Amino acid sequence: MIRFDEVSFTYVDAPAPTLERVNLSIEEGELCLVIGETGRGKTTLLRAINGLVPHFTGGRLTGRVTVDGRSTADHAPRDLADLVGVVGQNPSASFVTDVVEDELAYTMENLGLAPSVMRRRVEDTLDLLGLHEVRNRPLMTLSGGQQQRVAIGAVLTASPKVLVLDEPTSALDPAAAEEVLAALTRLVHDVGLTVVLAEHRLERVVPFADRIIQVPGQGRSLVTGSSAEVMATSTVAPPIVELARLAHWHPLPLSVRDARRQAEPLRDRLAGCRPPGIPPRPESSPRAVSERLVVEYPAVRAISDVSLEVFSGEIVALMGRNGSGKSTLLAQWAGLGRPTGGRVRVNGQDPHRLAPKELIKQVGLVPQDAGLLLYGETVADECVTADRETGLAPGTTGRLLARILAGVPADHHPRDLSEGQRLALALAVIMAPGPGLLLLDEPTRGLDYPSKERLVELLVEWAGDGHSIVMATHDVELVARVATRAVVLAEGEVVADGPAREVVCDSPVFSPQVAKVLAPEPWLTVDEVAEALGVLA
Amino acid sequence: MTVRRRASGPRRILHPLAWWLWALGLAVAAFRTTNPLLLVLIATVTCLVVVLCRSDAPWSRSLGLFLRLGVLVIVIRVVIQIVFGNRLPGHVWFTLPSVELPSWAQGVSIGGPVTAEAVVSSFLLGLRLAVILVCFGAANSLASPYRLLRCLPSVLYETGVAVTVALAFAPELVISIQAVREARRLRGRPVRGLAGVRGLAVPVLESALDRSLQLASAMDSRGYGRNRKLSAAQRRLTTMVTAAGLLLVVAGVYGVLAPGSLPLSGLPFVALGAAGIVVGLVLSGRRSIRTRYRPDVWGGPEWITAVSAVIAVVAYTLGSRFGTGGLTYSAYPLAWPTLPLVPMLGTLAGFLPALVAPVPDRPRRLPRTGSGPRREDDRGSRTGTASVPTASLPTASLSTGSTPVDPLLAPRPPVVGPAPDAIPAAADPATGIPVTGNVPSVRSEAVR
Repeated sequence: MIRFDEVSFTYVDAPAPTLERVNLSIEEGELCLVIGETGRGKTTLLRAINGLVPHFTGGRLTGRVTVDGRSTADHAPRDLADLVGVVGQNPSASFVTDVVEDELAYTMENLGLAPSVMRRRVEDTLDLLGLHEVRNRPLMTLSGGQQQRVAIGAVLTASPKVLVLDEPTSALDPAAAEEVLAALTRLVHDVGLTVVLAEHRLERVVPFADRIIQVPGQGRSLVTGSSAEVMATSTVAPPIVELARLAHWHPLPLSVRDARRQAEPLRDRLAGCRPPGIPPRPESSPRAVSERLVVEYPAVRAISDVSLEVFSGEIVALMGRNGSGKSTLLAQWAGLGRPTGGRVRVNGQDPHRLAPKELIKQVGLVPQDAGLLLYGETVADECVTADRETGLAPGTTGRLLARILAGVPADHHPRDLSEGQRLALALAVIMAPGPGLLLLDEPTRGLDYPSKERLVELLVEWAGDGHSIVMATHDVELVARVATRAVVLAEGEVVADGPAREVVCDSPVFSPQVAKVLAPEPWLTVDEVAEALGVLA
Repeated sequence: MTVRRRASGPRRILHPLAWWLWALGLAVAAFRTTNPLLLVLIATVTCLVVVLCRSDAPWSRSLGLFLRLGVLVIVIRVVIQIVFGNRLPGHVWFTLPSVELPSWAQGVSIGGPVTAEAVVSSFLLGLRLAVILVCFGAANSLASPYRLLRCLPSVLYETGVAVTVALAFAPELVISIQAVREARRLRGRPVRGLAGVRGLAVPVLESALDRSLQLASAMDSRGYGRNRKLSAAQRRLTTMVTAAGLLLVVAGVYGVLAPGSLPLSGLPFVALGAAGIVVGLVLSGRRSIRTRYRPDVWGGPEWITAVSAVIAVVAYTLGSRFGTGGLTYSAYPLAWPTLPLVPMLGTLAGFLPALVAPVPDRPRRLPRTGSGPRREDDRGSRTGTASVPTASLPTASLSTGSTPVDPLLAPRPPVVGPAPDAIPAAADPATGIPVTGNVPSVRSEAVR
């Protein structure tokens, strides 16, 4: 279905090719997962499939890319629109129309399909992706998960043979991600759709993939193979694979069910030891408080009657579906917007009334798009400005950045950094004034495994120093690794609040893979298991 | 707002062209008068109709923006008059210190006596412009530019897209300004004042550029601009007809401007040329293969709305033609304006659409919690779909597993609105997207 013959691609002014002599063949009806660290050419590879690279990006492409016999050399992306559907990383930026139904019909209108056909396909797609209730809603008012599903639906209606998705689940809560992936699997199985998707959250997608393509970058050739083959040697792997390596399971399990079948002996070995206990709640006055907080937008109650206390040294994970009020709660603590009812306090003060300069010494919030915080021309410039504006000794931010992540190029524009580097820079400018309360909104979106590792280390270190950290996240593996406490929100209300271990193990949606495999014992991470086994040995 | 729901079907909204015609009619009316009473009446009717008929969509809030813009226009107009304006005679309010200007700047004056009459006239001119702005703001609130674009004939479609993308830039800008302001506050930077504005411009423009690039690539990969291949002969014919039409128009315009140079003062040339251009456009429109999904319907309410616009225009035109008076207000002498009957009735006709236009679905207001227009919760819609008997989505099995039922996972009845209509189960032969049937169960275990 998709063939790459000796494809090399170099961006304009780039010193080295992004793709070099890529040979690849993806068959019809495969669900193919593309993995690799950020900035190694995953997105370039995906965009080459429908000719956006090089028709849209510029640069020099040699070799030949064909899709169903059509070469991208003589077909522009629009001439492949009936064959390849592409969904980008940020669905909301790619919407052309303004209402769900129109967006679903847009590609078909361009293809010149008959109105009756369009009507039927739109109805089918609304059902397939569960968008029926929002069909007349403006796209701007949808939650992230809904937007992602609309973006997928909008290319599906053209009944393409190939679907290309760049990080389709990174913005979604676990259940919504599961749903999107299940819908994709169903299309692959039932109608022979070929799906190529790039994703960092391996634990979500590996069980669904038929084949994995690893993009190592730096001119090295691609590693392709069945999921089990690639996972056996891959440096990045979901927790289930790491657990399997630890316990020497063969064949390598990729799904929870396969793993559970082999996990009997491991569960027996672990029977003698208990997972780490629940740490006692810190004894101090709370750092951040919300009392009977209510936040209303024009016609929706985003937060209703939420009372929470966050203590120093805690890492609190705010979980819940897309649109359950997590970001709104963070924004309240950061002093953005006034509560409709109740009150919020940070260190006993109302964050909304604090002057900006004072506020940043108390609270730091890193929004979902960390790049929003950065305006400097270069990384160095950003650090210098941050020092000057916050009245810190020159070099403070720069040193903090170096400690957070070494090797962030000082002369790069923040926009040109990788996702992990950008987050590091944002963390540095936010943490430099020394806020005691750090709020993170989806910190692992788009982060590759090495960056995530570093983030975990940092969070643990900062919590150890007495900072309070609250993060809104869908990443259950991150929660399993760092959170001391988990709060689950639903429709603006707190439905669960307690030690992370108890909360996540309680719910099949929020439990990490290790917990699912080793249930009913509440083990959360591979490290814990390894430590316990080490103790046994 | 409890009265009208005479529209049938789920998606009946007034044709966008009708709204724009209506707004245009009122704007033309406003343009023809300087009577403050009439202007205020037009603005009131416009705003009332918007408030009664708008949906909850984000663009429907743009009226507020235009209102503020209108006030700004009035203020600027009056301030300029006070500082630089012509020194009109009349009752002097106060005198500004005047500045002597060199002889080449004759005709411009700075400072000097400010008369009530001068301020009132400039206020009225500003008010007129402001009311026209409000009319366009109203059209924007009631029918998004996107929807207007859908009505364009296919020849003009591509040009239309360029215009709409440009128009859509404004709301995007508002959203992105909001985001940048919040981010600045998080960095402890000033959000107000000159420094705030300067800090806003660069990131906002950057993100706008970013977005337009992403949009362009999305449109390209979704088939925008796909055309039928025309034969060489057809293409040549199209080019020749259009070029000839353009030449004729140029010649005709010359004839109009220089009388006697061409027979019948060139008008036939203009007409012929225009016809040529239209034929050229139609011919090139044959390249387009674009079809339309659920085109907007033009029915009774649309006719009434359009007629109300015509009534307003006619009333104001008649008013000025037959000198019923009162349309133009002169500040000499300063007196309370009168309200002429015909234009007033014409303006009130502008209220007709509010009586006939189908009201778009508006979500119920608070204190109902749950799904609303903003950030609706995903699960709400998900459970909604799970209750559609034919579409058994894979995750529906989530909640029926043997695991203890978590409050989060328990299916909840949809919060707002009736249960979704059952959709006939059928696999579309063309898409092959099946509506029935279960997911292959092989891989759904990862959920548990």
